[in-house]
Amino acid sequence: MKGNDFLTKSISGFSRVLESVVAAEDISRAPGLLQGIDPRVKLVSFLLFIVGVSLVHSLPVLGGIFVLIILLSLTSKISPGFFLKRVLIFVPIFTLVIAVPALFLTHGQPLVHLFGKIIITRQGALSAGFLLLRVTDSLSLGVLLVLTTPWANVLAALRWVRMPALIVDILGMTYRYMFLLLHSANSMFLARRSRVIGSFSGSENRRWLGRALATTMVKSQRLSEDVYLAMLARGYQGEVRVLQDFRLQRRDFIWIIFSLAAIVTLFWVSRL
Amino acid sequence: MHIPDGYLSPVTCGVMYAASTPFWATAVSRVRKTLTARTVPVLALFSAFSFVLMMFNIPIPGGTTAHAVGATLLAIVLGPWPAVLGISTALGIQALFFGDGGLLTLGANCFNMAIVMPLVGYFIYKVISSNSDAFSPRRTIGAVIGSYMGIVAAAACAGIELGIQPALFHTAGGTPLYAPYTIGVALPAMLIAHLAMAGPVEAVVTGGVVAYLQRTHSSLIKADTPKKKEGKLWLLWGGLAVAALATPIGLLASGTAWGEWGVDELKTMGLGSIPQGLQKLVGWWPAPMPDYGLPRMAAVIGYILSAFVGVILIVTLTWLLGRWLSRKNTLKQKAPIKEESSD
Repeated sequence: MKGNDFLTKSISGFSRVLESVVAAEDISRAPGLLQGIDPRVKLVSFLLFIVGVSLVHSLPVLGGIFVLIILLSLTSKISPGFFLKRVLIFVPIFTLVIAVPALFLTHGQPLVHLFGKIIITRQGALSAGFLLLRVTDSLSLGVLLVLTTPWANVLAALRWVRMPALIVDILGMTYRYMFLLLHSANSMFLARRSRVIGSFSGSENRRWLGRALATTMVKSQRLSEDVYLAMLARGYQGEVRVLQDFRLQRRDFIWIIFSLAAIVTLFWVSRL
Repeated sequence: MHIPDGYLSPVTCGVMYAASTPFWATAVSRVRKTLTARTVPVLALFSAFSFVLMMFNIPIPGGTTAHAVGATLLAIVLGPWPAVLGISTALGIQALFFGDGGLLTLGANCFNMAIVMPLVGYFIYKVISSNSDAFSPRRTIGAVIGSYMGIVAAAACAGIELGIQPALFHTAGGTPLYAPYTIGVALPAMLIAHLAMAGPVEAVVTGGVVAYLQRTHSSLIKADTPKKKEGKLWLLWGGLAVAALATPIGLLASGTAWGEWGVDELKTMGLGSIPQGLQKLVGWWPAPMPDYGLPRMAAVIGYILSAFVGVILIVTLTWLLGRWLSRKNTLKQKAPIKEESSD
């Protein structure tokens, strides 16, 4: 069965994406703290936070930020298990693998001697810590933002920050049809998986994949034609009109003050 | 190759956004020029396809699987500029929604995978397959070689972006603040991984899809035969891309010739930042790296960076100048052309 690993892996990959999106949709509609904040304010403030995280030069501050992020996620009705699983599993583990050799390769003052010869330098350890914490902090901020904001509102916020309408329209439609294509690819893989008893050679599998990808591509091209006709039938004239009526409320202003204070404190603390 | 936030300094992220912007602007204006009401759904569906493509697990020898990016494939089917937009969109959704690649590093990721990769790949595909019909094996060969070179070029860019971090951004004590590996480690690591693994995967996938499309949906391949004028322009852009990519190689080669200067550099660097550990360091380093390869590389980094920034600046300036001049020209020409057409 080993030759069919790629089928199983792809299928589970597809379902993971679909699953995480469904979960995110649920969370973004829960009555939490961050969900109540205007998407434009949230987008800008979170981008500033991420910039802030990238400027901090102190490990304890980076750690403190992570604690703060966890607190924010708790007040936004995100179960900590779900959040940590989503944040900590892939990227930080990958980064950990990347960071370990830096312990030895970065030159500087020796910190720990292993087996007499191998030296972990102070600079190496600090640098690995910076990388790991910074990656975790930025990633969890990004995850927190999308988990608490419905996609339509993210798009509205992007429109508001003057992203070209062409791009925002494409982003919106891509997101919509991505799942249709994922679904159809999933069906192709499932069909293949359920019909194959033995295993094929790697080259035969790659040939099949080439055909599957080409078919998906042809499908997306046909679908774009259908979508275009459907849009035309509904009066599309080359411009997408959206209903958006966001108004800043008191909690938004409180959030703005909080974020500004947080960023200023960040810099002040990291300078000490 | 999706660089997460935290690996690149905010300055680098800003530079990479700035480097990507002229390409995005060109892509948007190119796409707008040929904009029909169909453009939005076509681009949206193809970026959705590109997202799905990046999720396919491709079996590779040894029992594991890898992912393809498909940038060259999209450029072959859609044309290079729409591909730039399509892949950028897919990368944007991956970063925003799935944390695959950072938000600040999105500019760098798009530069590598949505700009360098499709443009280099498409240029090579075009050179190899020029004037051949839709069924010609030259198209498959072009797709294979183009996609391979495209992903290697993208990996080289990523390697350079990561590799310049420790030399440029560190604390007073010499602790790297972002990606910790010097260019002498990061660039070869990225290149070897992509020359040996990701490159062949990309080439096999792209070649396979193109070959299949040739047999079954040749209209998709043929649809993008460019006009003569555009072909020439492509040569220029591609040539520039290749030249830009070649700069660090030339500098690295000349760097190896500066033997003694490199050793001096190492000593001054060591003395400047870490006086106590110097004895130990000097005694310790020559064993694994007898020819001082790493520190000397670090000394050359400044040159590489300035070469890249210079190229980007010149391209941007020339582009702006060209736009300005061509706008002037079209303003002048507009009246007579209109008369002709009304005749």
